[in-house]
Amino acid sequence: MTRALIVRRAGPGMSLQDRGRPGYLAFGLSRGGAADMLALDEGAALLGQSPELPALEMAGMGGEFEATEPTRIALTGAPMRARIDNESVTWNASHMLPAGSRLSIGAASAGNYGYLHVGGGFAEPERLGARSAHLAAGIGAVIADGAELAVGPDGGSQTGNLIDAAKRFDGGTLRVVPSLQTDFFGQSELNRFEDTRFERDIRGNRMGVKLNPEGEGFHTEAGLSVLSEIIVPGDIQITGDGAPFVLMSECQTTGGYPRIGTVLPSDLPIMAQARPGAALRFRFVSLDEAVALERKSAETRKGLRRAVRPLIRDPRDIPDLLSYQLISGVVAGTEDEGELA
Amino acid sequence: MKDQAQPNWPLVRTVGVDGMLVSFGDRLSEPANRAALAFRAALDRAGWDGVEETSTSLVSSFLRFDALHMEHGQMRARIEDLLAQRDWYAAPLPEGRKLWHIPTVYGGELAPQLEEAATAAGLTPDEAIKSISGTQVRVQTIGFAPGQPYLGELPKAWDIPRQQALTGKIPEGALCVAIRQMVLFSVSSPTGWRHIGQTAFKLFRPDSEAPFVLRPGDEVRFEPTTPEELANMRAAGPDGGATFEVLS
Repeated sequence: MTRALIVRRAGPGMSLQDRGRPGYLAFGLSRGGAADMLALDEGAALLGQSPELPALEMAGMGGEFEATEPTRIALTGAPMRARIDNESVTWNASHMLPAGSRLSIGAASAGNYGYLHVGGGFAEPERLGARSAHLAAGIGAVIADGAELAVGPDGGSQTGNLIDAAKRFDGGTLRVVPSLQTDFFGQSELNRFEDTRFERDIRGNRMGVKLNPEGEGFHTEAGLSVLSEIIVPGDIQITGDGAPFVLMSECQTTGGYPRIGTVLPSDLPIMAQARPGAALRFRFVSLDEAVALERKSAETRKGLRRAVRPLIRDPRDIPDLLSYQLISGVVAGTEDEGELA
Repeated sequence: MKDQAQPNWPLVRTVGVDGMLVSFGDRLSEPANRAALAFRAALDRAGWDGVEETSTSLVSSFLRFDALHMEHGQMRARIEDLLAQRDWYAAPLPEGRKLWHIPTVYGGELAPQLEEAATAAGLTPDEAIKSISGTQVRVQTIGFAPGQPYLGELPKAWDIPRQQALTGKIPEGALCVAIRQMVLFSVSSPTGWRHIGQTAFKLFRPDSEAPFVLRPGDEVRFEPTTPEELANMRAAGPDGGATFEVLS
């Protein structure tokens, strides 16, 4: 049997995700990819492998899994309760999943999207140059009970590491850069937009998320007859009722509702992970500031591997302490450094 | 923010953090649409370092670039140089265009907003069908969803706005109208456009050698058919009864 992860039970919105498939914008296909890209970087750092490898994205709820061979795993994104057989395992950490053991992942305790990464990454066939499902476009599909996902060869061996996840599971302030239609809104509407507190609506998915303003909605004279124009992820579309709709990874590629600005890519994980009812605000930054912030964020993501540290477990939780090699996992992760180059 | 003075077209604007948009007008016109297609082709031919993707919308060419390693000012200067090289509004349409005939059911249960759209256009439902099916429309751009065309331009009567509220879900193959344009939906989707016709034409075929069927510049006639005939043509394959001829 080939190396695989068997999904015994899949939560409702589980799909394979990577960094998406750029290059098809002209054909109307958005890039797609993980809702929380930072989680892909964190998982890659934990396992010492490429952040391009796909992981399982779990929307709100995990599932039950079994590996055909001993498999390294990492858990990132929205924290979910997880066990291997009867033992609780830590989120934002890497672990060894023995062959035949049962990995159970429950509901998210904060945030929306949790990620299960495997050492070597999932090796399902590429479609149009990527392995991620694009649910809106009908490329791939949600994972069903009984799915067997091929796992690629794993060049690494470390487990038992922890990463401090960037805080992003409880709303917050999203930084916004002015975009091509920001001028359609008067300065007083833009000021009010920055001063308004929003709540994440119950409607939201991989395509986009609706926000409800405290107080009146937003309006522009340009109204409903704007010519359809290019859309990028993070664009904040103001629909007819005046409520903003933030476009996410599986967004459409063009649209006619006016857009008040664009959320910085590095802040999109906050939007993706905000639960219904979470409080959000927007703050405009200049294009120069935005570029500087994105540059800094890219450096932080690159350095994540150095932020990984050994997972210290409470000795009382370890059933057979003496059988463990207590020194393993303490060495800094340099063994797979080549893969990042 | 910029001043609100009348801009001079073409206009170069930024999109998000790493996009540049070159717009050839603020309303749809045939020359602006041709200019956008031709300028994008020129961007692709130029093959500049740092450009990650190009695309077009109705009257604009778009490019995404590596903004972390290249300054916006530098990219803008390159774009302005290229713009100055010719009259893009005089550029020809792409070569190898096709004329498609796509069987369409107008109105009824399959396309429930025909009457409402006809009323908005000041027409009876019969006049509306005659007007739409009698107009040979052009694919002005592919966008919103994979392989999905924006088509136009329709007669003046069809300058009707989008709906205030979104329709929750319209099916794949739906023909929808607003602002003298039509969209043929490639996936089931929420929309603000009114659903007036239904086809069985599959616009996106992800596992086919040619996943995207229509190209900007292609022309289309939506020819009336019955629900029964459409069901048969749907069963016969992904073209849903559509045929094409090559335009010279």
